[in-house]
Amino acid sequence: MRALFLREIRLGLRAGGGALIAVLFFLSVVAMTPFAIGPDMKLLARIGPAILWIGALLASLLGLERLFQAEREDGSLDELRLSGDVAQLAFAVFIKCLAHWTVTGLPLVLCVPLFGLFLNMEPLAIGASMLTLAVGTPAIAFIGAVGAAAGVTLARGGLLVAVIVLPVVVPTLIFGIAATTGAIDPVTPFLAPFLFLAAITLFFAVIGPLASAFFLKALDE
Amino acid sequence: MAISGPFNAHIEAERLHGSRGGFPLFADVSFSLKPGAALRVTGPNGSGKSTLLRMLAGLIRPDAGKVTITGHAPDAAPGETIHYLGHLNAMKPQLTVAENLDFWLRFSGGAAAEGGWEDALRRVGLSRVRDLAFADLSAGQKRRVAIARLLATPRAIWLVDEPTAGLDAASTVLFETLIAEQLAQGGIVIGATHVPLGRDEGWQTLAIDPATVREPVAREALAP
Repeated sequence: MRALFLREIRLGLRAGGGALIAVLFFLSVVAMTPFAIGPDMKLLARIGPAILWIGALLASLLGLERLFQAEREDGSLDELRLSGDVAQLAFAVFIKCLAHWTVTGLPLVLCVPLFGLFLNMEPLAIGASMLTLAVGTPAIAFIGAVGAAAGVTLARGGLLVAVIVLPVVVPTLIFGIAATTGAIDPVTPFLAPFLFLAAITLFFAVIGPLASAFFLKALDE
Repeated sequence: MAISGPFNAHIEAERLHGSRGGFPLFADVSFSLKPGAALRVTGPNGSGKSTLLRMLAGLIRPDAGKVTITGHAPDAAPGETIHYLGHLNAMKPQLTVAENLDFWLRFSGGAAAEGGWEDALRRVGLSRVRDLAFADLSAGQKRRVAIARLLATPRAIWLVDEPTAGLDAASTVLFETLIAEQLAQGGIVIGATHVPLGRDEGWQTLAIDPATVREPVAREALAP
């Protein structure tokens, strides 16, 4: 499984892997926002965490539909499906999601200190956004894997994956923003929403790969 | 041919019925293969050769009938007994030949061949290109790398779908030699092909004739 992780990282970093694309998309969302909001620095700082979260969320969806489609196109998916039972396949999917997040999600988190400056955010808000994004965005990969597995045979599955995934990531977004706000604002609580955020990620880390493995095993082709 | 080797797997197909997209392809396909047996599946384009092979691998469920593989650990995954080589080579174009083979060797369960993938690559005559990206190889070279994957992890049953497509004459002969070695070790080879795959007389032939299937067969009617 370490071999699978390393392969996914290599594929992500080589040409056409999509690691840079997510960061560039994230940058475009963050860079466009101040122009749309206008010269209200206070407002910008207040909605900064929300912009970061929405940007990171949408950027994380990019490339998710290729998670299994690329494997199917070159025949590797057959080997993955044959390599073990549902539990082993689920573990392989878990590793793939983890590698996908390391290549596309982690760079987004690491960009937050720079992009936060664009949005006139305080250091504390930047730190809180980084922490909540680091804990929350892996859930998007795990949920996305289910959509990617369900739409693996569709030539243009990208939008479908986004449509399947978005409603399910709403709780992640809600608790992510709630925890970030809680960290900045002394009145609202931080720990409770943060723990919920972590719980959602852990929940989907189990359910997502299992559901995808069932979809992939049930493929009849 | 004398059989001496590590493999001791049997594969049996019982009254397999197959279809593609609801269109019936073949019906009542049965055979049983012992260690060292080779089966050639022939038939015109679209007759269901690939479907049958994928069914034997476990990638497609049969409409009726069943495939039984014995002689390996009961909890072994199909991937630990079967090598499936389809039309696609199962290699990542962005990675080098060495990275591709090394990945499959580490990822797949079961013991690696003596000499690892380096030796397998040498046997298909491609040691020179080990550090080239897979995308930069010619079609024939890609096929040979895919064949090297079969050699890198020894497995009892080979299911090969048009394995010599794109291979030149010398490589085709080489592949026939590799198949003969696999059979001599007690392995089983099932090949869907339009060309002869071996010089030996030991091959059985299963001809899929679309003319034998006329009416769509209902799943219920076939259930035992």
